[in-house]
Amino acid sequence: MAFDEMHGRGRSRRCRTPYRAMATWLDGQTSEQLTTRRQQAEALFHRTGITFAVYGTEEAEERLIPFDIIPRVLSAAEWRRLAAGIEQRVRALNAFMYDIYHRQEILRAGRVPADIVIQNAAFLPEMLNVDPPRGIYSHIIGVDLVRTAENEFFVLEDNTRTPSGVSYMLENRETMMHMAPDLFSRNRVAPVEQYPEELRATLESVAPAGLDRDPVIVVLTPGEHNSAYFEHSFLADRMGVELVEAHDLVSTETGVMMKTTQGLRQVDVVYRRIDDSFLDPLAFRPDSVIGVPGLFEHYRAGRVTIVNAPGSGIADDKSIYTYVPEIIEFYTGRPSILKNVLTWRCRRPDDLAYVLEHLPELVVKEVHGSGGYGMLIGPTSSRAQIEAFRAKVVADPARYIAQPTLELSTCPTVTDEGVAPRHVDLRPFVLLGDRMRLAPGGLTRVALKKGSLVVNSSQGGGTKDTWVLED
Amino acid sequence: MRIVVEHRTRYRYEAPAAYSAQLLRLTPAVFDGQKVIDWKVDSQPATPLREGRDGFGNITHFLTVNRPHEGIEIVASGTVETADTAGVVAGLSEVVPLAVYLRHTPLTEPDAAISALAEALPASERVPWLHALMAAIRERVAYVTGVTGTETTAAQALAAGQGVCQDHAHIFIAAARQAGVPARYVTGYLFLDDPDHAVAHHAWTEAWVAGLGWVGFDAANGVCPTEHHVRLAAALDARYAAPIRGMHRGGAGESLAVEVKVQQTTPQQ
Repeated sequence: MAFDEMHGRGRSRRCRTPYRAMATWLDGQTSEQLTTRRQQAEALFHRTGITFAVYGTEEAEERLIPFDIIPRVLSAAEWRRLAAGIEQRVRALNAFMYDIYHRQEILRAGRVPADIVIQNAAFLPEMLNVDPPRGIYSHIIGVDLVRTAENEFFVLEDNTRTPSGVSYMLENRETMMHMAPDLFSRNRVAPVEQYPEELRATLESVAPAGLDRDPVIVVLTPGEHNSAYFEHSFLADRMGVELVEAHDLVSTETGVMMKTTQGLRQVDVVYRRIDDSFLDPLAFRPDSVIGVPGLFEHYRAGRVTIVNAPGSGIADDKSIYTYVPEIIEFYTGRPSILKNVLTWRCRRPDDLAYVLEHLPELVVKEVHGSGGYGMLIGPTSSRAQIEAFRAKVVADPARYIAQPTLELSTCPTVTDEGVAPRHVDLRPFVLLGDRMRLAPGGLTRVALKKGSLVVNSSQGGGTKDTWVLED
Repeated sequence: MRIVVEHRTRYRYEAPAAYSAQLLRLTPAVFDGQKVIDWKVDSQPATPLREGRDGFGNITHFLTVNRPHEGIEIVASGTVETADTAGVVAGLSEVVPLAVYLRHTPLTEPDAAISALAEALPASERVPWLHALMAAIRERVAYVTGVTGTETTAAQALAAGQGVCQDHAHIFIAAARQAGVPARYVTGYLFLDDPDHAVAHHAWTEAWVAGLGWVGFDAANGVCPTEHHVRLAAALDARYAAPIRGMHRGGAGESLAVEVKVQQTTPQQ
């Protein structure tokens, strides 16, 4: 049986300390009341969606990821330990990126096989010898964690390029406070609403050196057809900065300029939500129409900062993931605080043989896939599905890694059958600039289907408010 | 040898363009085999050129024209003193770890035919092996213009059996990297005693040989670069080393004219 965030493991069903106040509150709710609250929450989301939307109802509908009104709770002590592990990881991954885009000491030392970096599509040779402000490549990171026991947390993935979901963290909290103010008076929950301000402070802290004015920041979006457009506009709005598309910007001799009614205005920091290859047709894909010609050239020269840096995807590549513990030791001299999930690399013949023998027990992922696509979850798959996947792995082993199926912890969730345990993960959001800023908690994703381990919103996952209790 | 270069690139638009941006790699490198006596890059309409360096250490110029214009002309010109170093490129400041030059790129991704070409060469020391590779490529791919384009891959060119200097260089690079030899694409100019000869703007490769460093191989001509070669930029492939990368908004009906004059001159006292 999986570890339950509220009741722990085993039959005692004793409520864990961080959940005491919540349990009392839950006991006082009838299932009708819970259902009503859930509907109210959905209506609230709907309204916010439309308020923020520059687009119509149809897309607003689309971005309505189900929200569960029972929060996920972490104690202050639990959070401190996670935070230390996350901080260590984020600093090491940034040191790794500085190194591989400069002298490549870690490759020379043979601690990470050179070809995994050099031949990686996420490694951008264009970034060689670029010196980003403060030496930071990934300023905004989402670390995906799962829990399997009281003291067992594992990192599933480091999202170092353009992690999304932080708008849900903020909205979930707002909605929860609106829905159940009584709950917040019974618990001291660490606030998260300062996130946009902290994001802004982080972006300002990596502006080009020597500015004699406040840095001008923009959020660069591919446009309203992008699935995360809501978040782009939400964050720009909350930070009080402009949301721009490529045609709002133009490179001149001086730098990257924003077209305004008062003429051109120089931009200092671009928080981009478009992929590396589309950033600048002069440096990357020449056919990109959502990028800004000259953006990269000005970035290289230190006249504008791109956040996250181009090429920061190398640190969350699944083939690099397996080396993160070595990376942490190499740059910090200390063992990794957070554990990686044991991973078999199918590119290695021994690993491949093991994986093919144990497919029904394993989770097999595409090295370059994301979002829960292109993966096999052995225990919940039919024989036919497993065999079909086996053929794919045999055909191109290097494309796959495999991991044991982790029994993700569960959290009480409002379902059609009443309150029932559902599997959850956790994505804390980290900001790195002049200092590290970690939003307490993050985004909890929940697999709404009974028994399901897939929490991705594209595959029927929902979200929960995530609490870190203050001491 | 003292060589004078004048390289004109002229873009014309039937309808004026509203905006243009270009990144140029049109400045010769300085190393033991090459001194730059004087060099300049100009543009018309006149616009400030911002000098910089790309990730491979090549000198770049960035220019933008943010007003209606009917065309752009780029002129790179100057005088370079070259020496024959038997292809060895020494004294260049190297800013990129060697291992990076093993990276396969979309234009230099080896296929089975390229691997076979490399494997069929007799095992030998690295320098003779590279010469054998150069000879094999010349034999398999005839110098024919108009068959391949700037986006043609090494594999496509080898399959076609025809191509230009870019294709010879890409095949050489693909095969060398596949064999574990760091290799890079080089752009430049070629002085030819016969002034009517069409090819003045040129491309070749450099491969890493332990003990010697970077050694040039001009597969299109079957020689190591001589004092007739003026070296501009080097990078992973033709796209990374492109002398000009540009874009424009508006400006329908683009036409392009390139004129390269490469002449020998005598040093003036």
